[in-house]
Amino acid sequence: MKVIDRIGNEKVRHVLQTLKYSLYVITHPLDGFWDLTHEKRGSVAAANIIIALAILTKIWKLRFTSFQFIRVYWEHVNVLEQILGMILPIIIGCIANWSLSTLFDGKGTFKDIYMACGYALTPYVLIQLPMIFISNIIAYDEGAFYTYIIGFSAIWCGMLFMSAMMMVHDFSLGKALLVMAATLVGVMVIVFLLLLLFSLISDAVAYFVSLYKEIVFRLY
Amino acid sequence: MKRVKKIFTFFFCLLLWAMLPVWPDAKAVGMYTYTYDYWGDERESPAAYAARTFIAGNMFGIGDFSEPQGMFVKDGKIYVCDTGNNRIVVFELKGTEVKFVEEFGEISGDVENKTLSGPNDIFVAKNGDMYICDTKNQRILHIDKNHKFIKELTRPNDETVDQASDFLPQKAVADSSGRVYAVVKNYNKGFVEYDASGKFSGYIGANQVTFKMSDYFWKLISTKAQREQMEQFVPTEYNNLFIDNDGFIYATTSTFEEYDLLSDKAKPIRKLNSLGTDILIKNGEYPPIGDIDWGKAGGISGSSKLIDITVLDREVYYALDMTRGRIFGYDSQGNLLYAFGGLGNKLGYFQYPTAIEHDGDNLLVLDSKNAGITIFEPTNYGKLINNALDEYKKGNYDSSADYWRQVLALNGNYDQAYIGIGRSLLRQGEYKQAMHYFKVKNDEKNYAKAFKLYRKEWMEKNIGWIFGIIIAAIVISSSVKIARRIIWEARRA
Repeated sequence: MKVIDRIGNEKVRHVLQTLKYSLYVITHPLDGFWDLTHEKRGSVAAANIIIALAILTKIWKLRFTSFQFIRVYWEHVNVLEQILGMILPIIIGCIANWSLSTLFDGKGTFKDIYMACGYALTPYVLIQLPMIFISNIIAYDEGAFYTYIIGFSAIWCGMLFMSAMMMVHDFSLGKALLVMAATLVGVMVIVFLLLLLFSLISDAVAYFVSLYKEIVFRLY
Repeated sequence: MKRVKKIFTFFFCLLLWAMLPVWPDAKAVGMYTYTYDYWGDERESPAAYAARTFIAGNMFGIGDFSEPQGMFVKDGKIYVCDTGNNRIVVFELKGTEVKFVEEFGEISGDVENKTLSGPNDIFVAKNGDMYICDTKNQRILHIDKNHKFIKELTRPNDETVDQASDFLPQKAVADSSGRVYAVVKNYNKGFVEYDASGKFSGYIGANQVTFKMSDYFWKLISTKAQREQMEQFVPTEYNNLFIDNDGFIYATTSTFEEYDLLSDKAKPIRKLNSLGTDILIKNGEYPPIGDIDWGKAGGISGSSKLIDITVLDREVYYALDMTRGRIFGYDSQGNLLYAFGGLGNKLGYFQYPTAIEHDGDNLLVLDSKNAGITIFEPTNYGKLINNALDEYKKGNYDSSADYWRQVLALNGNYDQAYIGIGRSLLRQGEYKQAMHYFKVKNDEKNYAKAFKLYRKEWMEKNIGWIFGIIIAAIVISSSVKIARRIIWEARRA
């Protein structure tokens, strides 16, 4: 606290303060997420940093975790795919959630949802990043330890998402669960529409390309 | 000018010579051999077996075989069931040299029907007694080495058997006490077992019937017609068997659903103990099912269809696949050693393989369409693998590792060699190196063993300065605190 307060640059200080607030959020989820949006104690920049760290964690996990716990078929790994595999679900999930929560009288703006989503990923970074190192000093038959802790971090994140949903939109627990389920359906609809769009565009392009080829072959 | 021409001609000839294809040693045809790696990808390997000779009936002036179905090899003698010609042909085998001994289609002794009709399989016991599946005569014949009738085994007089049905024995073996186990067509309760006196004593090795909740559910909601359809479920019908030196029966089957193969529910290869329980060891990354990657090429698709099996003295077993004409070799732990062979017309390839046997380390494969036997001999590479396995079985882990190193020099993709070397390094206390070898081939269980020992060793070596740092950190932080407090107190005062 003291060190952060001493930083002169106001912007940097604000980001670091909001980043530090994530530690409070994950230990006091209900209170934390309420203040995050209503008391302006969080920032999008901090959420961006946490998401970036989560992406790094995901990639480092593949690269540095001991082979005893994760087998990676490197021929099939694409870093871009890994990055998009983290970012796209977040973005699409936020869009779907925002669209639906508006219908369900949710109070959160898109910015709020994104911020809460980023903060909810904190345990993923905090637990899984050190676990990469720990996996290299434990043996396969001690693996129960590893799997339990990884499972614990996932459950923690899930509970944070739940609390974020309740606090950001001012929902009751039942309504939050309902909106979450609806969000999953919404994500599927968005993915379906995107695929449809892409296939239609590629069909349309292919039509003009073949038209062009036909004309060229006729002329020459 | 003339000289230039000469030199030019010389180099031209040299060029032509260099362009000639290299002819392989005609006597040793190496063939495409492969293994599967951890990920189930096919990895090419040097040839482990080479086809040496092909023998057909007309080479010995006894006429071609006609659809031969069964073969047995014992003490350097090959017994061929020449099914279409209703006879048994016996050869003598010395290395890869084959000599004709005799042929017979009739037996002597106190029995009504003395001729063989469509014999499908033969088994020869230690004392020379023969058990012949005389299929079209609906009996299993037991004769002595002079072809004199001893007894015949016929349709079991049991209520489980429809007495009006045909009794068509396909394959038979006998154990050391004279019990006979037979594969009979359309009998799906396992092997038919006869006691030493020739009396039917039951079935062995039937599939356990397991109750599935999902089946019950589907039955609840389906119509009567659908239920009848479902009940036509066919239990395992074995297609071949082999009895090893310890009296265990190795069996193959090809009645299963293909999707059950990789999850090891189908169990195309089984090792049955005297109670009929499958005790085959499967420590490999994949269960012994033949091909893992099936593909679709040349009009062939689907899984391997294992139709015969032979077990060597070192408990290495070779299974014959009819789909692609391949031979799969597995060690006693169920690891794939290599697979080779194929369908084709060259030496070492088959058209319709029906039986596989071994003589020492040599393999013999009977082809019913080619009407002949192909004899395979291990190559240098195959021998190295055999030696490594032998030494390991004897407990000489270090010399086994030496052989694995030689194997590795010939085939850098060979998983078993890495693991074999790793095991030996582990025993020698070279934990770090052992870890490397296990890691390369994703063997996490052995890696964990080496790693734990390495971790212990490392801790013992470095415990001094680790504690040093911890103590130093505590001392420094507490002294800083004390100093601060003193300064604070001094300022206040």
